[in-house]
Amino acid sequence: MNKTVNQKAWFFVLPVLILVAFNAIVPLMTVVNYSVQETFGDNVFFWAGLRWFEEILRSPRFHDALGRQLFFTGTILAIEVPLGVIIALAMPRKGPWVSVCLVLMAMPLLIPWNVVGAMWNIFGLPELGLLGKTLNTIGFDYNYTRQPGDAWFTLILMDVWHWTSLVVLLAYAGLVSIPDAYYQAARIDGASSWAIFRYIQLPKMKRVLTIAVLLRFMDSFNIYTEPSVLTGGGPGNSTTLLSIDLVKIALGQFDLGPAAAMSLIYFLVILLFSWIFYTVMTRGEEQ
Amino acid sequence: MARITLKNLKHAYMRNPQRDEDWALKELNLDWDDGGAYALLGPSGCGKTTLLNLISGLLTPSHGSILFDDQDVTRLPPEQRKIAQVFQFPVVYDTMTVYDNLAFPLRNRGVAELTVDKRVREVAEMNDLTATLGNRASGLTADGKQKISLGRGLVRTDVNAILFDEPLTVIDPHLKFQLRSKLKELHTRVPNTMIYVTHDQTEAITFADKVVVMNVGEVVQVGTPKELFEEPHHTFVGHFIGSPGMNVLSCDLKDGHAYIDGNRIATANRAGAGAGKSEIGVRPEFVKFAGHGLEARVVKVSDAGRFSVVEADSAGGLIRLLVEEGGAIPSEAARLEFDPAATRIYTDGWLAGRAGQP
Amino acid sequence: MARTKWLIPAIYIIFLMLPIYWLVSMSFKTTNEILGSFTLWPQNFTLENYRTIFTDPAWYNGYINSIIYVSINTVLSVAVALPAAYAFSRYRFLGDKHLFFWLLTNRMAPAAVFALPFFQLYSAIGIFDTHLAVALAHTLFNIPLAVWILEGFMSGVPKQLDETAYVDGYSFPAFFVKIFMPTIAAGIGVAAFFCFMFSWVELLLAKTLTAVAAKPIAATMTKTASSSGYELGLLAAAGTLTIIPGAIVIYFVRNYIAKGFALGRV
Repeated sequence: MNKTVNQKAWFFVLPVLILVAFNAIVPLMTVVNYSVQETFGDNVFFWAGLRWFEEILRSPRFHDALGRQLFFTGTILAIEVPLGVIIALAMPRKGPWVSVCLVLMAMPLLIPWNVVGAMWNIFGLPELGLLGKTLNTIGFDYNYTRQPGDAWFTLILMDVWHWTSLVVLLAYAGLVSIPDAYYQAARIDGASSWAIFRYIQLPKMKRVLTIAVLLRFMDSFNIYTEPSVLTGGGPGNSTTLLSIDLVKIALGQFDLGPAAAMSLIYFLVILLFSWIFYTVMTRGEEQ
Repeated sequence: MARITLKNLKHAYMRNPQRDEDWALKELNLDWDDGGAYALLGPSGCGKTTLLNLISGLLTPSHGSILFDDQDVTRLPPEQRKIAQVFQFPVVYDTMTVYDNLAFPLRNRGVAELTVDKRVREVAEMNDLTATLGNRASGLTADGKQKISLGRGLVRTDVNAILFDEPLTVIDPHLKFQLRSKLKELHTRVPNTMIYVTHDQTEAITFADKVVVMNVGEVVQVGTPKELFEEPHHTFVGHFIGSPGMNVLSCDLKDGHAYIDGNRIATANRAGAGAGKSEIGVRPEFVKFAGHGLEARVVKVSDAGRFSVVEADSAGGLIRLLVEEGGAIPSEAARLEFDPAATRIYTDGWLAGRAGQP
Repeated sequence: MARTKWLIPAIYIIFLMLPIYWLVSMSFKTTNEILGSFTLWPQNFTLENYRTIFTDPAWYNGYINSIIYVSINTVLSVAVALPAAYAFSRYRFLGDKHLFFWLLTNRMAPAAVFALPFFQLYSAIGIFDTHLAVALAHTLFNIPLAVWILEGFMSGVPKQLDETAYVDGYSFPAFFVKIFMPTIAAGIGVAAFFCFMFSWVELLLAKTLTAVAAKPIAATMTKTASSSGYELGLLAAAGTLTIIPGAIVIYFVRNYIAKGFALGRV
């Protein structure tokens, strides 16, 4: 659509601008302010320069949390995106089952995040939970509160449970927008189902999949509530992701300076990765 | 290449068709000669696309059978029927180059890469695509894309027939003519059976040797463009083909002869016995002003270039006639004469007295 | 292959339903049954847990609080996003693209980063522990999302609609409310759905910004889980109740969900 140049349009944007600026800029400035100061309580602050940044960037604790975060995000992306696409491909395109599938699949998306955590907490209990009891009955020594491996397994299974539907819904929306003529032409050209997927469905899903990967990346990097309810970062520090660590430092220990510096680094990491994803995934379209 | 035979073919989209209207395609028997250029002509929703999809195998008929030469292919899937089809909206594989698009149907069938290359280059040459072979297909204009769709049909050597489903719908008007001539030219070079679906009479007549006219799910007439013009078997054909279409006037019958308001009208055929709504059909080209004949009153004259279209009110209804440039047009009251050889009686829409008519 | 294809979504849905089933089934069990023996379905069916929730103000106020701030947030986000999305879809103006991108970056902001500054900011202006505080905080990520979704829908409406209305003598506000908004009703529905959803499921900010008066139901649950030990049945019942509003909302917007996602434009 060709848009007209109209500077008065700023008035339409003004309410949004004021609200978001109030919510984003003031707190962000607060964070920046803290990140370069040191406090010993009683509202006495000293200039600390970039010391907190250096400290955070050098601290093994931050490196470990970042490493765990990248592992978590990488794993869930590698599972949820292909799985979501497979499920979307297998879903019916029309008929009464479409609504049934969509409603049931969207359910996990609308459950409060701490309820998701609590639900899996109960579901996985070794003696009382369906999952924990079943695994132990068939011979696995499963206990997510004691064994880091089991904690990770439960954490990832929970995220797959919680968010794969988002990828399914997006991929499905991409699939139903493909006109019938494409499938008919492919049948006449003798294309195999793999060729149909590779040359028709995948290219048409590319845009929605870009959105899916970006949203899943951002949200999984920001994840806090579910793991904190499920494992609280434990056992030990084994499932302490970036957000959990940050909240421990900021609200738990009230180390405002390091927490603020970490927040900024954290935010920048997300922006950087989102930008890289976005650039890589949309590069093909420019040609 | 093959002759295509349709036997007692019927199709309905619903499971239990009860009434006549439930059938998207009413019972039909038709032979398509090998190597012929056919057009399927009719208004939107008359069942032409249904018929096309039955032939290509995208649909399986509810009733009847389809034969290629003498082999029954009714239950075969499209990929085994050796059919190519070009759709209304161009279908190209966006991520592939033009070359890969053209090679796609051959590679899917495991053709040796050397043969693929030879065929692709030949077809690209025919379709003026040689210069763009290395480009991404998604960047092309609508007509370029449609040429690729067409090319994917032509590239295969095993094709029995090429089907076109209103292929020029999204093409710019000035390119339509070009692409249509291209198709015609291709047909002379590649002696495949071609079936071309359209609702545009000009496209049908310029492309096809034989036109199949359809209306509400049934075939009304099959014939050369000349036959359709000169001897329409149904008032629908007379109306749909020709511009302006055939005049259809209500009349009375007596002893097999037609009368309008008591005037006997000389006709080429005679109505048989039996009741039904009687009409007279005569094309505007065969009506002229005369000193005698049917009384009429001129109501409108419009200039159409080399001749004028005159509309006149008569007891049988509105009559259109063509008057050449410079010809005299009476200002109001006039008498009209019909050419008896081109004036026919229709009963319930169908040409009266024709053998084998329902 | 084609005949067994339905198995994939079917198995996936069963996988989705299992934890939910476990939660719901546990909410109908007595504490003795939960702790005493492992049973696949309630042997001594009880509504006791639900009775506790509906009679104890600490519990049901949590619900009311959640619903109040979620509603305020949804109305506020959609109301301010509507004109902004209109501006982005119809006009070009100085800095429009940068502004749009900046809005979207707020969608990426981790709630954990903002929790403490929000707490201080809202305490400073005296709205700590009010519904408004949570509703305002959630606009940070809901407004960008609402603008994004609405802009997608509005770009799908031809500009001729606006022009025709002006020719017919409509003023801008009259046109916007009487003609434009009904045209993009589906988009408004989808945007409201997503605002509802993200505000309903978020807890970190909601918990940080409330103490007593506006405490969300989900936070009450966390407290129960940790303080009163093993009241699993009660916890399960409260959890089950938080699923219901979401399920109702999904049912009403089921036909728009897929479409709403498809229209998101990066």
